[in-house]
This record gives sequence, C-alpha cells and structure tokens, in this order.
Amino acid sequence: MSEIVQYLMSGLTAGAIYAVIALGYTLLYNATELVNFAQGEFVMLGSLGLFTFLSVLGWPLWAAFPAVTLVVGLLGVVLERLAIRPVKKPEPITLIIITVGASIFLRGLAMLLWGKDPHSVPGFAAAAPIRVLGAAIMPQSLWILAVVGLLMGGLHLFSKHTLTGKAMEACAIHRSGAWILGIPSDRMAQLAFAMSAALGGIGGIIISPITMAGYDMGTMLGLKGFCAAMLGGLGSHWGAVVGGLLLGVLESLGVGFFSSGIKDAIAFLLLLAILMARPSGLLGPKAVTRF
Amino acid sequence: MKRASTKAICWMAALVVGLGLWWNAPAVFAAQAYKIGGIFAVTGRASFLGDPEKKSLEMAVDEINARGGIDGHPVEAVIYDTEGDPTKTVLAVNKLISKDKVLAIIGPSRTPTTLAVVPIVERLQVPLISCAAGIQIVEPVKPYVFKTAQSDVLAVAAIYRHMEKQGIKKVGILAVTNAFGVSGRDQLLKQADEHGIQVVSEQAFGASDTDMTAQLTKIRKEEPDAIICWGTNPGPAVVAKNMRQLGMTIPLYQSHGVASPKFIELAGEAAEGVRLPTGKILVADLLPESDPQKPVLLRYIADFNKRYGGGVSGFGGYAYDAMHLLAKAMEGTGGDKAKIRDNLEKISGHVGISGTFTFSDKDHNGLGQDAFVMVEIRNGTWKLLK
Repeated sequence: MSEIVQYLMSGLTAGAIYAVIALGYTLLYNATELVNFAQGEFVMLGSLGLFTFLSVLGWPLWAAFPAVTLVVGLLGVVLERLAIRPVKKPEPITLIIITVGASIFLRGLAMLLWGKDPHSVPGFAAAAPIRVLGAAIMPQSLWILAVVGLLMGGLHLFSKHTLTGKAMEACAIHRSGAWILGIPSDRMAQLAFAMSAALGGIGGIIISPITMAGYDMGTMLGLKGFCAAMLGGLGSHWGAVVGGLLLGVLESLGVGFFSSGIKDAIAFLLLLAILMARPSGLLGPKAVTRF
Repeated sequence: MKRASTKAICWMAALVVGLGLWWNAPAVFAAQAYKIGGIFAVTGRASFLGDPEKKSLEMAVDEINARGGIDGHPVEAVIYDTEGDPTKTVLAVNKLISKDKVLAIIGPSRTPTTLAVVPIVERLQVPLISCAAGIQIVEPVKPYVFKTAQSDVLAVAAIYRHMEKQGIKKVGILAVTNAFGVSGRDQLLKQADEHGIQVVSEQAFGASDTDMTAQLTKIRKEEPDAIICWGTNPGPAVVAKNMRQLGMTIPLYQSHGVASPKFIELAGEAAEGVRLPTGKILVADLLPESDPQKPVLLRYIADFNKRYGGGVSGFGGYAYDAMHLLAKAMEGTGGDKAKIRDNLEKISGHVGISGTFTFSDKDHNGLGQDAFVMVEIRNGTWKLLK
C-alpha cells in the first residue's frame, strides 16, 4: 500500500512539473497558434536564474522568485521581437523551426554563462519529508503542487474573465478579424510570449531544488511538457494540467510495476497513441486544424 | 555576365586548391614532430571528464617536450572536442587519422564514444588509448585498443570486497541507462556470486531523470542491506537525496563515476556516509608513505593546480597516464605505429596516476586490485576506508 502511495506522490510531483511546462505551451498556442520548442529552455533559465539570484547574489527567495520570473518573461518578449516578428512569411513550420533554433542558441548561451556542471539549489523550506500513509512527501513537492494550482486558477480567471484574456483568445481565433475589431494583435502575441516564458521560468524556479539546475535540463523537460500538452489537448488549460499529472503518474507507476528502463518510453508511447487515436487530446477542442 | 562569373569561380577554386597545396607542402616534408591525437568530451554532459583530460594531456606533452621529446622528436598534440557524442567522435577520429596523420590517439572520454571508434582504429591500425571505464573496450582484447581508466570490474570488486568485510549480503542495484551504467550493472550481477552477495532488486534510471523515489521505493520493498548506485552526475546525487527523503538508512555505495568534489557539492548533506571506490588521487595525501604512487600523485596534483588554478581530478589522470605510456612506447620506433603498439604491450610496472600499469597481450588495461581504494564521505570530505 505504502509503495503505491509513494509512486502516486512521486508521479504527482513529476506530473505537476510537466503540467507547468504544458501550460506554457498551451498559453502561447492559444494566443498565436504557435508551438514554442524553446519552452524547455525557459524552464532551464528559470532554474539557473534562481541559482544565480539565490546562491551567487544572495537574494532572499521572496525577492528572487519575482525577479527571475520577470527576467525570463522579458527574455520571452526579446525572443518574439528578435526572432519571431521579423519573419516575412510567418508560416507555422518556419516559426516552429525558429523556436527550435532559439532553443539550441539559449542552451549554448547558458552553457557559456553558467558552465557545464549542474548547480545545486536549496529547497524553499525545511527539508524534512512529511509522512503520509507510509509514503514520504517532500515539502518541495507540496510547493510545486500549490504553485501549479495557483497558476492554473489565475490563468483560468485571466483568460475567461478579463478583457485582455478574451482579447488574446480572439487573436488566436482570427488574427486579422481581431485586428479589425481594434485588438492590437501584435501586442497580444507579445504578451502571450512574455506570459508563457514567465510560466516556464516559474516552472524552472519551483523544480530546481529537486532537479538541480543545469544548462542541458531543458530539452527533456520541454519534450515531456509537450507530450503532456498534447495528451491533455493543446489549447486547453485544464487539459495541460490533466495531461501533465497523468503523464507523471503513469511514468511513476510504470517504473513501479514494470521496469524503470521504460520510463521515458512511456511518455512518447502515450504521445503516439494519443496522436493516432484522438489528435485533439483528452480535453482538447473537437475541431482539429492541420498545417 | 553569367559565364564570366562561372569562370571567375573556377579560377578562384583553382587558386584556393593551389594555395592549400602550397601551404601544406612544407608540413609534409618537415614532419619532425610526433603527432598525437586527442579526442575528449571537452564540452557537453561529460565535460567533467573531457576538460581535465584535455588539460592533463597538454601538461604531459609539455613535460615530455621539456625533457627533450622522444628520441629528439618533439611531441605535438592535436585535440578535438567530441562533446561526448559518438557521431562527432567518429568524425574527429577520421580527421585525425586521414588529415592530421597522427601516430596514436588518446581518448575518447566515454565508453559509448570509444566503442564507436574501435572498428576504425582497428581497421586502420592506429594505436588508441581510451580514457573510458567500460570493460567492453578491452575485453575481448583488440590489438590496437588500450585504456588507462580503471575498469568497472576492479571498481565492482572493490565494492564487493568491502561489503564482505561489512557483512552485507543483499543489495539493490540502481544503474543509469547508458553504457557506463549497463556495463557496471553487468559486472555487479556477474561478480555478486563469487563474493556471496545476492542482488535482490535491479532498477534503472535515465541520465537526465530528476526523481528516483519510485525506483528506490521498489528496491526498499525487497529489504536489501545496501544499495549500489551506478552512474555519473547528476543522477547519483539525486539518488542520495531521494534516499534521505524517503528515510532510508541503509548504506549507499556509489561508483567511481562520481568520485569528484562536484558530487559532494550536488548531494550536499545527503552525501554524508556515501561509500565509493576511487582511484588514489582523491586521497593522495592520506596514502601511506610506502605507496609507490604517492610521489607521482602528489607531483601531478601540484603541477595541475599550479598550471590551471585548481580543479584536479582523477579523470585527467587517464589522459596523463596515456601520454606518458605512449611516450615510453614510442621510444626507438621512429614513428612506426605497429612498433608503438608492440611496445605498449610490453610496458610493465609503469607507476601512473590511475595505478601501476603492466600490459600484456591478454590485458590491455594493465591495472590490478591496488588501482582502487574505498572511501567514505565524512563532513564533506573523503575518508580512506581500510
């Protein structure tokens, strides 16, 4: 019994991490119909940024958290300005390849800035694990779950109950149509980039005490987050969270009951299965457009 | 217009080719220096191996040149970065052999990259001294492939010998799913019987996994006396942390793959009490005076730290040993690759950083049991175990 609880808890923690990253994909996709494959690198920048602010500059956590979020968000804007907007013919495939390039560039830059070794980041609170039903729960896991919950709620309120959020959605539905109605779609795209990068940054911040911060951590996390977003349905906030948690739990149970060798295979098998059986994802919109 | 530009391009190409030939010509005729190739994972995930290896090779080359080279020939090292990637390694080796025309190659840093280039050096008959740990590199023996890093065989034997003394009977294994982990796991399973140890659970983790609690929970169910984790940073540090978090108090044995201060830094408090086999370099100043390696080690550490301002590790020693072994083997060969190979096989009792090397036609690693000592991490530093 205690094993199953432990597997579930490990899975939920990992799943919450995937969910934050998936939220970043979803947010950007909703506003611009663009999949940003540099999302994982924003997570990496969040982690390394937190390491710099906490351990190198000696800032307290309450100051470092917003500072890193802001910096990573700004980087998202810079990416949109320098790499996405100047594209003359914004075909989806061109933009996606640009984000892949940006991801490689950011990784290289991080390697130069922070070095090749991973760095250790202290936990947010005392490290003593909490025991529930014979399973150990790390306080950091609770932090992660809490932050993901808050982000989720905030995002939901933003997109459904604020004018800006609705305007952003309108841009996604029809960019020029929204423009005719007086919505500055360029600014919306920029805001979406800032928010999704900041989300990635927050993801990096909250996971760094568990995963440690290294320049090459973003790729795998980005891919897993993408799987989670596809699994839940790209474009659906709840889908991102459900997909992330489901992926994390399935991975963990797969390790527990089958073999630890197939852990990464699970994510990609799921992605293949969902793409074939239900391309819109578990909670995604029914209509699927392909490019 | 179009025709003219095609013509111009032809002329330019001809000019470039001509210039290239002229440029290379003196190098072909005045080849006095013995050229050695170096291929290390200087950047990328395995840079903790490749970076000190590159520095140590450069240091060894300077040492050899300072004492007058080999039979009067200075040594020149051509070093390429593999980024730990097998494809790039293959390209680098081809370039070293066909373009740079090296007499021998030192590296690569990792087992997968080494295995990728073994067929090439065997076919073209260029001696290669690998700096990787995997036993598959020299077992079965390949005529032109040698290695200086201690094999996992010796590391596993050191761990099991220590366990026997501690009365540990049942172990759980947690190995990374790359060549280093697989080779370590195979040896752990193979040697368990002869030391009277039973492997009760055998788990794996991915090189970039961030949480191993699920695997540890599964191992805990089988109630082992100790856990052996086989991997390179940062995975093993996560394992050490996760064990603390799960409240597991059984001893944790790590592989020599994490025998560097970085592991202590990453695992923090969780590193306390971790036991691992390591080359003697980590505990050089704790060694008894009777150890023949002690003076060699202390000199290497002092020279390395003076030259590069710190950061010495056992990994650099692999390349350092390789270069000095190679220098010994090259004496009197006039740069003949087959003779260098033959001489390497005849080297006996060479005291190096990783141990005392005695090669033979059956042993291309040449190290014995004394290559490893067991250490325990206490108060953030290493303590020699008897």
